[in-house]
Amino acid sequence: MRLGTFWLLTALAVVAIFAASRLVTNDYFFFAGYVVLQYVVLATAWNILGGYTGYINFGTAGFFAIGAYSSVVLHKLWGPPIPVLILVGGALAGLIGLGMGCLTLRLKGVFFAIGTLAMAIVLQTLVINWDFVGGSRGVYIIRPATVPLLGTYIHYLFLVMLALSGLAVAVARSIECTTLGFGLAAIRDDEQAAEAAGVPTLKLKLISTMLSGALMGMAGAPLPYYVTYLDPSSGFNLAYAVNAIAMPLIGGMTSWVGPVLGAIFLGTIQQAATVMIESSLNLLLVGVLLVLFVVAAPNGIIGLCRARSP
Amino acid sequence: MPGAVAVTGALLEVEGLGKRFGGFVALDEIALEIGAGERVGLIGPNGSGKSTLVNCLSGTMRNDSGRVRFAGTPLDGLPAHKRTRLGLARSFQLPKPFHSLTVVQNLHVPLLFTAKHRAGAHLTNAEIDARCAELLRMVALDGKAEARPRDLTQIEMRKLELARAMAAAPKLLIADEAMAGLSNSEVDDILALLFKLSEAGVTVILIEHIMRAVMAFSQRLVCLVAGRKIADGAPPEVVRNPEVERAYLGE
Repeated sequence: MRLGTFWLLTALAVVAIFAASRLVTNDYFFFAGYVVLQYVVLATAWNILGGYTGYINFGTAGFFAIGAYSSVVLHKLWGPPIPVLILVGGALAGLIGLGMGCLTLRLKGVFFAIGTLAMAIVLQTLVINWDFVGGSRGVYIIRPATVPLLGTYIHYLFLVMLALSGLAVAVARSIECTTLGFGLAAIRDDEQAAEAAGVPTLKLKLISTMLSGALMGMAGAPLPYYVTYLDPSSGFNLAYAVNAIAMPLIGGMTSWVGPVLGAIFLGTIQQAATVMIESSLNLLLVGVLLVLFVVAAPNGIIGLCRARSP
Repeated sequence: MPGAVAVTGALLEVEGLGKRFGGFVALDEIALEIGAGERVGLIGPNGSGKSTLVNCLSGTMRNDSGRVRFAGTPLDGLPAHKRTRLGLARSFQLPKPFHSLTVVQNLHVPLLFTAKHRAGAHLTNAEIDARCAELLRMVALDGKAEARPRDLTQIEMRKLELARAMAAAPKLLIADEAMAGLSNSEVDDILALLFKLSEAGVTVILIEHIMRAVMAFSQRLVCLVAGRKIADGAPPEVVRNPEVERAYLGE
C-alpha cells in the first residue's frame, strides 16, 4: 500500500470511528475511550524507539507529563485552544527527547534505560517544587462545559485524542516503510554492522527519540482538561511508563499494528476492571498478562496471528 | 599546499597508527600503503592486532595516534558510516547480519544509505531491486533472497556478509577472516568470489589464517606481530622471513 493511501485510510478511519461514536449516548464511553486512545498514542510512540530502534525507554511518564504541564503553564498564561497546546507540548517533549538523546544515546542499552528513568524523576522533582504549576498541591483547570457543534466537552477531548491516535499510527507506519525504518531496524539488530553499512546511527537514534518523545508529549497535552485536577503524582504516574512498555510487548513490536492492538486490548481490560472490580487491580492485570505473553507468545498478538496463518 | 589532493598512487595511506587499551599497546606505529587495485594479505598470530587495525581503519574504533588517508581524504575522526560512504567497506570476522530483515533487505540497508550520498546517484526502487539481484547472483544466494539470516548456513552467512559490504560499492574491501571455519571447497568458493571482486577493480585486503588461501590470493603480504608490522613484501619472501617464522613457529 502506498504511504499516501495509508494516511488517507487512517484519516477515514478516524472520521468513521468518530461518526459511529455520535450514536453513543452514555458519556462514560467517551471518558473510557479517551484513556484507551491515549494509550494507543503512548504505546505507538514508545514502540518507535523501543520496538523499531531497540532502545528501552522507562521515562514515558516524563515525556507525557512535559506535555501535560506545558499545557498547565499555557492555560494559566493565555489559555490557547487544545490543538495549540498539543503542538507546544509535542515540540517541548521532542526537544527534551533530543537533548536527553544527546546525553545518553552514545551509551548502549541499559545506560539509556536508566537515563530515561532518571529524567522522569528529575522532571517530577522540578514540577513538585514549582509553585506556578501548583507544586505538590496540584492545580485545578476549569474547562468549559460544552463545545459548539460537538456538545459536551468530553466529546471534543475524545475527538482530539482520536485524531492524535491516527497521527501517531500514520507516523509509525511511515517510518516503517521508508529509508528511516530500514536504518532503525539495522540499528536494532546490530549497531556496528549498521555503521559499517553506512547508517548514521547516532543521527537516526536522535530522530527516533525525538519523534517518540514528541508524540508522548502530544498525548499528555490535553490531560489537564481531561482530569481537571492535575498533581505531579498523577501526571508522572509510573503506570504510564509500565503500560507503554507492556502494550507493544503484548501486541507485538515489529509493526505499527502491535502497539495499537496491545493498547486497545490492555486498555479496555483495565477500564473494565476499574469499573467492575477495582482500580488498584490495573497494574496487577498488566503484570499477569505480561508474564502470560512473555511465556506463551513472545512475539505478541501479531506473532500469534502470524503463526496461525503460515 | 594544504587541501591539495595527494598525487600518489596509494589508495590507502596509514602513518604512525597507534592504539592502546590501558597499558597494552595493541598497535604500535603502523605504516602502510595500499595501491589502487592491489590484493593484499594481512597475517599475524592471534592477538597480533589485525582486527584492531581493521577496526581503526574502518572507524569502528578510534586510533590514539597517527593518520589515515583514503583516496586523498583524511579519515581522522570520521565515524564509520562516513568512511563507508567514501568507499571503504569491511566485513566482520563474526558475521553480523541484520537478523530481523530478510537476506535481500540486508542488502537494501547499505544501498539506501550509501548510494544517496554519491554524486548524482538517487536510486529508484527498480534500480535497488536490480542491484540486489545482481549482488545475490554474484554470491550465489539468489535462491535465498527472502530467507532470514538465521536460516542460512555458515558459508551463506559469510557470503551475505561480503555481499552487504559490496552493496556499498566500495573502492576498498577489507575482508576480516571471511573464511574462518569453512571447509576446503568452501574456502575455494570464497576465494573465487574475492578474485572476481578484484578483477572488477576493487582493492582487497584479506585478513586470514588459512595460509593456502592467503598465498593464493595475495600479491603482497603484510605481517603483524604484537602490534608491530614486521614484514611487508612479496608473499614468498615474507613467509621465509626469519622474524615471521619465529612468530608462527617459535624459536
